Amino acid sequence: MPPATEVSSESQAQGHVIEADQVTKTFVSARQKIVALDSCSFNTRPGIVTGLIGPDGSGKTTFMRIVSGLLAPDSGTVRVLGMDSVRDYLEVQASVRYMPQRFGLYEDLSVMENLELYSDLLSIPKPERPAVYERLMKMTGLAPFTSRLAGRLSGGMKQKLGLACTLLKPPRLLILDEPTVGVDPVSRRELWEIVYSQVEERQMSVLLSTSYLDEAERCHEVILMHEGHVLGIGDPKGFSKPLQGHCFMLSVPHGQKRRIQAELANMPEVVDSLILGEKIRLVTRDEMDAARVRQEIGILASAGVEASLPRFEDAFIWLLKKRIEEQEGRRVQFKSLEHHKVKGRPDEDIIVVKDLQRRFGDFYAVKGISFSVKRGEIFGLLGANGAGKTTTFRMLCGLLPASGGTLRVAGKDLRKARAEARANVGYMAQKFSLYVDLTVFQNLRFFSSAYGLSGKRQKERIAWALDAFELSDMADSNSGTLPLGFKQRLALAAALMHEPDILFLDEPTSGVDPLARRQFWAHINSLAEAGVTIMVTTHFMEEAEYCDRVVVMKRGAILAAGTPEELKRRYHPPGMENPTMEDAFITLVEMQEQDKATETGQK
Amino acid sequence: MTGKAADNSRMRLAGLIRKEVYQIMRDPSAIGIAFLLPVLLLLIFGYGVSLDAEHVPVGIVVEKPSPEATNFTSGFQNNRYFEPIAFDSIQEAEKALMERRVTAIVWTRNNFTKKLLSTSDSPIGVIVNGVDANQARIIKGYIMGVWMRWLDKFARAQGASLNVPVMVKKRIWFNAAVRSRNFLVPGLIAVIMTLIGGMLTSMVVAREWERGTMEALLVTPVRKKEIILGKIIPYFVLGMGGMMLSVIMTVWVFQVPFRGSFIALTFSSALFMLTAIGLGLIISVAAGSQFVAGQIAIVITFLPAFILSGFVFDIGSMPAPIQGITHIVAARYFVSILQTLFLAGDIWHIYIVNWLWLTGMALFFFMVIRRKFHKRLQ
Repeated sequence: MPPATEVSSESQAQGHVIEADQVTKTFVSARQKIVALDSCSFNTRPGIVTGLIGPDGSGKTTFMRIVSGLLAPDSGTVRVLGMDSVRDYLEVQASVRYMPQRFGLYEDLSVMENLELYSDLLSIPKPERPAVYERLMKMTGLAPFTSRLAGRLSGGMKQKLGLACTLLKPPRLLILDEPTVGVDPVSRRELWEIVYSQVEERQMSVLLSTSYLDEAERCHEVILMHEGHVLGIGDPKGFSKPLQGHCFMLSVPHGQKRRIQAELANMPEVVDSLILGEKIRLVTRDEMDAARVRQEIGILASAGVEASLPRFEDAFIWLLKKRIEEQEGRRVQFKSLEHHKVKGRPDEDIIVVKDLQRRFGDFYAVKGISFSVKRGEIFGLLGANGAGKTTTFRMLCGLLPASGGTLRVAGKDLRKARAEARANVGYMAQKFSLYVDLTVFQNLRFFSSAYGLSGKRQKERIAWALDAFELSDMADSNSGTLPLGFKQRLALAAALMHEPDILFLDEPTSGVDPLARRQFWAHINSLAEAGVTIMVTTHFMEEAEYCDRVVVMKRGAILAAGTPEELKRRYHPPGMENPTMEDAFITLVEMQEQDKATETGQK
Repeated sequence: MTGKAADNSRMRLAGLIRKEVYQIMRDPSAIGIAFLLPVLLLLIFGYGVSLDAEHVPVGIVVEKPSPEATNFTSGFQNNRYFEPIAFDSIQEAEKALMERRVTAIVWTRNNFTKKLLSTSDSPIGVIVNGVDANQARIIKGYIMGVWMRWLDKFARAQGASLNVPVMVKKRIWFNAAVRSRNFLVPGLIAVIMTLIGGMLTSMVVAREWERGTMEALLVTPVRKKEIILGKIIPYFVLGMGGMMLSVIMTVWVFQVPFRGSFIALTFSSALFMLTAIGLGLIISVAAGSQFVAGQIAIVITFLPAFILSGFVFDIGSMPAPIQGITHIVAARYFVSILQTLFLAGDIWHIYIVNWLWLTGMALFFFMVIRRKFHKRLQ
């Protein structure tokens, strides 16, 4: 083995910031071995943003902790800035800056006190500090809040403060673990701008992880991870390039998008299909033109077909499917759910909310909102963390009493007849509230009893759930040890045990991989087809596209309501073609802030 | 270490300590454990809990009033130990004992005077509720005391002296008033410091792991030594503050005498505080969450300090295996020092033995921390 110094000079010559060689790391949890990283090897280049992209549980955080010198791998080596991350872990910790996934600063200290603490830890001379603080506060927009306790900041401001503390003394390598999770789109864009400015001005190297696939395109280089494996490395554009000429936007007759999409999803010639507002996005296995799409895929004979550009997510789906086909020798199939046809007129208002308010002390979490949801509709409640979505949701489910206003669910006044209204509602809570120490079967038995099922009917429903959600093989596994996608399926199964007519989903797909998300929405779409009314909260703007109608919430109030198409048409930056929901959200928030500014200006 | 590196290290440590002080000031539970709990415990043990028997309700049955009987029973009146209640018959008195209205019965028979002068039969009957054995023994002793004193007086009045084979002359040292408070309250200081050092420290360190602030802190140039000192120093000061508060209350509010030297008190407290914090830090390394840390701290620091330290229960009367266990309870040595300091004054050889034990334990704990605390996860 060559002496360490030689290796390090070699790596300097190659100019790699991180060199990972055959890195493997396993954890033991509940007597089960979990492989977090399985022989991962790659190098990253200096002066760019390298994105570690993958769903929750793909090994991103484990890898970042190893790079930061916080964890030692079981085998393999990682060299960081020429240092061995195991032997020289103290030097690594002193040289890189790391922002953990959870807010790592002190919530009971003010913004300034946190900055002071980290300045002390990083040995920044006292006379230099005012200038450093001024620069960072200007960059993050936190200047007006320096004396506020960090715990009282919004999600976006917390992340910006975290970033500011890592930039007090600009490092050569900055490691950011999911800095944009749960952050509103405006703050998300601002965080990216700060990261870019550091890379450009200081040639900083950044390693950033995210489970948002649209963020991959903002990185200079991408490492795509899945279940502890590296699926691919390279320029994000390079990933999707092979799919040029495979992507189309389909216009289909009103009211048929779900049925057609469900059929497309399982066709062998289709890589991916996705509902986007009123349209369907299609990725085909072979390169073709619009005419051939109409010709080869029977159900699209009369549809409008338009060519579209490939996206990073298409490449991810393609790689995942290929991997499953090669390793397991099966083609990915999306299943739909059987559900009894819900009785009643399709246009009836099932959920009616008027002037709904919720106060905590003198703080209004929900400030008098009104909307209604029709039978069989998929209705989205959008907004960043802290916008009041979850509070609204809990009131609708009868978990939290309202402070004012009216709330009717399936014709019953929730403020008077909570238990009756709840009887035909299914609720899937954020983070899938399952009993992690119970097996899959025990969870299903518990939830079905909780919904009042017993005897033969309970047995039937449990058998149905195990079959429909493909959980039979793991009926006796502890649900805590299941992969995220399976937990999500089990949670949905638990919410459907009593065949409810209304289904509430709170942040149902955050962090799961794109195939699991598609399977989840295939289930949801089939329920909507059967007439189940579905209400979903999400901070994930793309998910809004799967909804029939949405309301956008901010600080407890509704900013806008309508179909995704209407919102995108009404709110988009001037001159932009094909805006996304995210563009619409940012434009909406900016317009509202300008209105507020002119209002206060006039006063 | 070069001058610059030493400066940087000092700056980091100062930053960590300042942070801890802000957190203590803003966290109501820290203030509660450090200042409110001591006051509460002191009030409970100072005023509420007492191992002395005072104001004991005693049923007095005089079957046939006579000058001698009245003279004897009046001995139960006008003192702080007894609250006499008169009954006409023994049956009524026994009923009252069953209903717990009285704790003991003193029964003078109808031929009290006659029996008194003969030697064949006992002139009085005494029944004591023996459910609380300790209390029963104390009450029995008190009643015997009243009887003997009266008998002595009675004999003198008859012109004779009481003929008892052996006369006991009692002198009680160190706690002449035999107030249990004088012995309980000093020991309580050890319990209070265990709470601050063991429980509070283990919980605040576990909180850093739980909230993820430790993860961010570790990836900085900060040294392991600085992180540990950054916890020890603030909680050491807080613990010594709790000690001062307790001593002030003990001496001024509860009027417990303080006979030792202030220097010995400060030195012993400081030594004990280090062992308590050391154990607290070890717990925090083993426990991942505040909840678990709190639970472990109660079981391995607070309860032993309460039960096995000799603070309430005499170690000498414990079975031998339990006595063995008390040797690894640091509070035991501190309680011994405290009881000496308050009640006896400076007895240096007692101090030195206990100091050696405490020093040994502190060194052992810090050695474990040095080996087990890493600037790493897991």
